[in-house]
Amino acid sequence: MRKVAIIGVGSSKFGVRNDVNVAELAFEAFKPSIEDAGITPKDIEFVAVGSTGAGAWYEELLPAVVSAEYCGLTGAGLLRCEAACASGSAAFATAYWAVASGQAEIAAALGVEKMREIDTPTMMEWIGRAGYYLWEFHNFGLTFPAYYALYATAHMARFGTTEEDLALVAVKNHKYASMNPIAHLQNRITVDDVLSSMVIAAPLKLFDCCPVSDGAASVILASEEKVKELKVDTPVWVAGIGYASGTANMSKRLDYVGLEASVAAAQKAYKMANVTPDQLDVAVVHDCFTIAEIMAYEDLGFCKKGEGAKLIREGQTEIGGKIPVNVDGGLKAKGHPIGTTGCSMIYELTKQLREEAVEKSRQAPMKNYIALAHNVGGTGHYCYVTILRR
Amino acid sequence: MAVMPSIKSREVKIVQDIPISKTLQFWEALKQGKILATKCRKCGKLYFPPAADCSNCLASDMEWVELSSEATIETFTHVVVRPTTFQQEKPYTVAIGKLKEGVRVLAWLTGFKLSEVKVGMKAKLVAKLTPEGRPTYEFTRPE
Ligand SMILES: [Zn+2]
Repeated sequence: MRKVAIIGVGSSKFGVRNDVNVAELAFEAFKPSIEDAGITPKDIEFVAVGSTGAGAWYEELLPAVVSAEYCGLTGAGLLRCEAACASGSAAFATAYWAVASGQAEIAAALGVEKMREIDTPTMMEWIGRAGYYLWEFHNFGLTFPAYYALYATAHMARFGTTEEDLALVAVKNHKYASMNPIAHLQNRITVDDVLSSMVIAAPLKLFDCCPVSDGAASVILASEEKVKELKVDTPVWVAGIGYASGTANMSKRLDYVGLEASVAAAQKAYKMANVTPDQLDVAVVHDCFTIAEIMAYEDLGFCKKGEGAKLIREGQTEIGGKIPVNVDGGLKAKGHPIGTTGCSMIYELTKQLREEAVEKSRQAPMKNYIALAHNVGGTGHYCYVTILRR
Repeated sequence: MAVMPSIKSREVKIVQDIPISKTLQFWEALKQGKILATKCRKCGKLYFPPAADCSNCLASDMEWVELSSEATIETFTHVVVRPTTFQQEKPYTVAIGKLKEGVRVLAWLTGFKLSEVKVGMKAKLVAKLTPEGRPTYEFTRPE
C-alpha cells in the first residue's frame, strides 16, 4: 500500500438548501476542492460518492451519476457508497484504497445529501426504518432519536450521567458553530435552552438532536508521487483508517452504554497510524445526538468508560482542554447531511491541520499535527475512524 | 426565509410484501398468545428474533422453542415525535428487556406510568393482536 495524501477539500454551506438540487449542491463542494488541489476534473480517475437518501428523501436514484456529470467527472470510475450516516467516510475510505493500492493516482470522495425536500414526519419514517425495519420499526416505530435515547437511558442509569451533562455537549457545539460560517445552526444556546426544549424521545429533547440538513463536501486524494509532481505545499497524510460494524438488531448489542463498532474501528485506526489518543491535537466525533458525543469520548479512549460526562463538565473537550472535539460545531450544530458528514469531517480536519481554519477563534492548537475523525452509521451499525497527520 | 421555487416530483405509494414463510410459525403463534424463538440443533444458539438459518454455524436445522415471559428491562425511551405511519398512535414507550433464556427483546412497554419505569425492573412479555389484527408482542406489568 502506498502513502496517500489529501490535496484538496471543499464544502458547501450547510442548512436548508432549497435553492439547489442534488447535483448543484455537489458542485458547490467539488469546485473549491479541485481549485484547492490545483487540478482539473480530468485528472481524477476514480470517484466515490457518499449519499444515503437517493430516491427516498430526494428524487434522484443515482446521485453519483448526476453529480459526476454536473461536475465534469463523466468517464471516471464511479460508485456510490452506503454506510448510513457513515457513507461519507465509506466513500473516503474507498477513494483512499483506490490510490493506496496503485489503481489510481488521484481520486475524489464526494459526500452529498439533500434532506429537506420532504416533511419532518416522513423523514422520521425513513430514518426510523433504517435500523431493522422488520423487527424494530414495523411494529414498534423506533425513530433515530429514540434509538439514541435508549443509549442515553442506559448510560444515565449506569454511570449517573445527567440531562445537564448531555446539554453541555449541545452548548459547546453551538458555541463553535457560531464561529463557523458554513454551519447550519449558528445560534449560541444555554443549558436551560436545551433542558426546556420539547421532548423528542425521552430523555432526548429537541436541542439534544442534530438538525436535518442539506450539504455537500468534497475531498481530493493523491499518491505521494502526485503530491511531489503537483508540488503540494501542505499535504495532509492519511495515517490510519479503522472500520467495524455492529448488529442490525439493537436487541443483539452487548450493552447500551457505548458502541462496540466504535471501539473496534478506533483500535484498528490507532494501530495502523501508530498513534495513541493522548497524541491527538483535535478530533471530530459523531454527535448526531448529545449522548453520542459522550459515548464517543469513552469509546475512542479520550477517557475511561463512564467518565465521558466528567470530560465535558471539566471543559476538557473545548479549545484549551485536553482534546478539543467538534470545534466546527459538530453534527449537532454544523449539521448532519447524512451521506456528507464523513467527507465534511475530513474537510474540517484538513483545515485544522493546515492551521487555516478561517475563524482563528476555533483553530485548535497543534503540537503533534495529528487529528481523528469518528463517523458512525446508523446506531452503531457501521463505524469508520480516520487518523490524519500533517 | 423566502419560499424557494420548486416543482413537485411524481407521487409514488410504496407497499412491500415482506416474505414470512420461513418464520410463519412465529407469526401464527403470536395469534395463539405464544412467543417463539428458534434454536440451532447443531450449535445450540437461541435466536430472537427467530431466524431460519444460524449465523453462528450457518446450519439451517432449527427447532422452535417457546420463550418465558419474564423480562428485566435494560433500557427504554418514550417516543413523543412520531413517524408518519405512527401519527395515529399516542406517544409510546419502547424498551429492551432481557429474558431469563439470555435473549433480548425490543418491544413497546405498556401498563406503567412513565415515571414508574426504571432500568432493572421486571416486566412481562406477552403476545397480542392489535385492534387492526396485526400480530405483535409487548412488555407489560407482571401480575
Ligand atoms: Zn448453529
